[in-house]
Amino acid sequence: MILSFVEHEDGKPEDSSVEMLTLARDVAGQHDVPLEAVVFSAGEGVAEAVGAFGVETVHVVDHDGIRDYAPEAWAESVNQLVSELEPEAVLAPGSERGHEVLAHVASKRGLPMAANCLDVTAGEAYELTRQRWGGTLLENARLTGETKLLTVAPNEISTEQIADPNGATTREFQPTLADEDLRVGLVEIEESDEEGIPLGEARIVVSGGRGVGSAEEFDKLEELADLLDAAIGSSRAAVNEGWRSHDDQVGQTGAKISPTLYIPCGISGAVQHMVGCKGAENILAINTDPEAAIVDHADYAVIADLHEVVPALNEAIREQKDGA
Amino acid sequence: MNILTCLKRVPETGAKIVLTDDNQEIDTTNLGFTMSPHEECAIEEAVQIVEGQGGTATVLTLGSEEATEQVRTGIAMQADEGVLLETDGSEWGPRNIAGAIADFVRQRMERGDGFDLLLFGNESADTGNYQVGVRVANELDLPCITSIKDLEVTDDGVVARREIPRGSEVYELDLPAVVAVKEGLNEPRYASMRARMQARRQEVKRVTPERRHERGLEKLSLQSPEDDDGETDILGDSPDAVPAIMDVLETDLEVL
Repeated sequence: MILSFVEHEDGKPEDSSVEMLTLARDVAGQHDVPLEAVVFSAGEGVAEAVGAFGVETVHVVDHDGIRDYAPEAWAESVNQLVSELEPEAVLAPGSERGHEVLAHVASKRGLPMAANCLDVTAGEAYELTRQRWGGTLLENARLTGETKLLTVAPNEISTEQIADPNGATTREFQPTLADEDLRVGLVEIEESDEEGIPLGEARIVVSGGRGVGSAEEFDKLEELADLLDAAIGSSRAAVNEGWRSHDDQVGQTGAKISPTLYIPCGISGAVQHMVGCKGAENILAINTDPEAAIVDHADYAVIADLHEVVPALNEAIREQKDGA
Repeated sequence: MNILTCLKRVPETGAKIVLTDDNQEIDTTNLGFTMSPHEECAIEEAVQIVEGQGGTATVLTLGSEEATEQVRTGIAMQADEGVLLETDGSEWGPRNIAGAIADFVRQRMERGDGFDLLLFGNESADTGNYQVGVRVANELDLPCITSIKDLEVTDDGVVARREIPRGSEVYELDLPAVVAVKEGLNEPRYASMRARMQARRQEVKRVTPERRHERGLEKLSLQSPEDDDGETDILGDSPDAVPAIMDVLETDLEVL
């Protein structure tokens, strides 16, 4: 069987987990074995939700110490489940928790792990394609080991439900945990007092780079973002200049976004930036340089100075809204 | 407090990554080298903690002689000591790298010269394996947390925060501990020319690491992802393009 580590919020699987399940089902199909899942703190409906993606059995880890996230204890639970079930492979989403838990499992079992995979040909060894450089480069690699451990790159796989889902059977799994496994755990969640839409969830993102010129000049972009109910982002260059906080940074070492529309203004489109916004459905670039990489990557482009275009656009949107 | 920060030398890529003809490596003929961005923040954090409460900041990398360039960058950022786990420069893979780092830390502990805190970048910019810090923690049986964007040393240990969409998760770890951090943790200082000159003269300690494992994840080849961008619709070259933009926003994308 293939075991998948599914993250969920109150029973609703995270997008990255559903993407992972789509690849996991493919791997299970290649081996002709069932797909099973492990979840922590089961919410209502999680079995039905993952059943729709082909999971036949859900192992719900039940232990008082780990209702909240505890990386080492979660990993030890998965580790014990792997010992019991002896799956061909364990797949996790390429999320922070997915990478962390699976890296612990790999380390505990002395196995290699392949991060951010896109495609797998299963066999005695797995031939797989995975992301390097945040996805700017792909690596074709061979993964060996008694149990293959891999995470699945987020925002890359189109999810697909199975034709006639029957829902999954749930089964409780009680791990044996030592105090040491429980030494690191989530203590509390601090709510941010920032207003506005988080970058990762925004439908539209307006973003600025070195071409914006100063922190003050971001006001024009802020205004456009307000008018479009958009979040504001920035390139690494603008963060390094001290114009924006790192929380706004889109790129390999910042936020990876997947909005309907991304509007980069005065951003050249370096590799490390494009990795952060390649999930965008549409890109509308505003840039003075027709040769800039961002123009090439964009669906729409205006080759002009953002300091002239953005205020004029703001005015037009205001007029349209007043008229409506 | 004695802090070890581990870093990796990586090429400084620009607008496009070019591969060698055999598709095995990045063509670095015209590229400079740097360290992964997360690791610059890790060094800055280590130096700030040591400046605040004493101790030593050590920077370490595994790689060829050339990687001393990045170790010296760490020293120029005011780390006290540099270590090179010297190899022939080939890719070692995360299990072997973690094993070599753990061996080094163990030797230092046995000498009574261990570390209270081990800092890593969350993932390297190039291979992005997301696991070296975790493996080192497991080898040394130390508590570990990854993806950290805020770190605070307290009387009892460290408080580490991980960013989530509307706030942060808080974790507390006893020391010694392993923490893998992300860019945004702080603003790394820019080393002055004078500091760089001084760092050039400082000795970097060499250690020959032991490679224990066969590669479990073996690179076959590299490739650039398919460019599925298609044509770019140029809407204009002046503010006169605004009506065309409005048309795209209203009609094509229906976001207004």
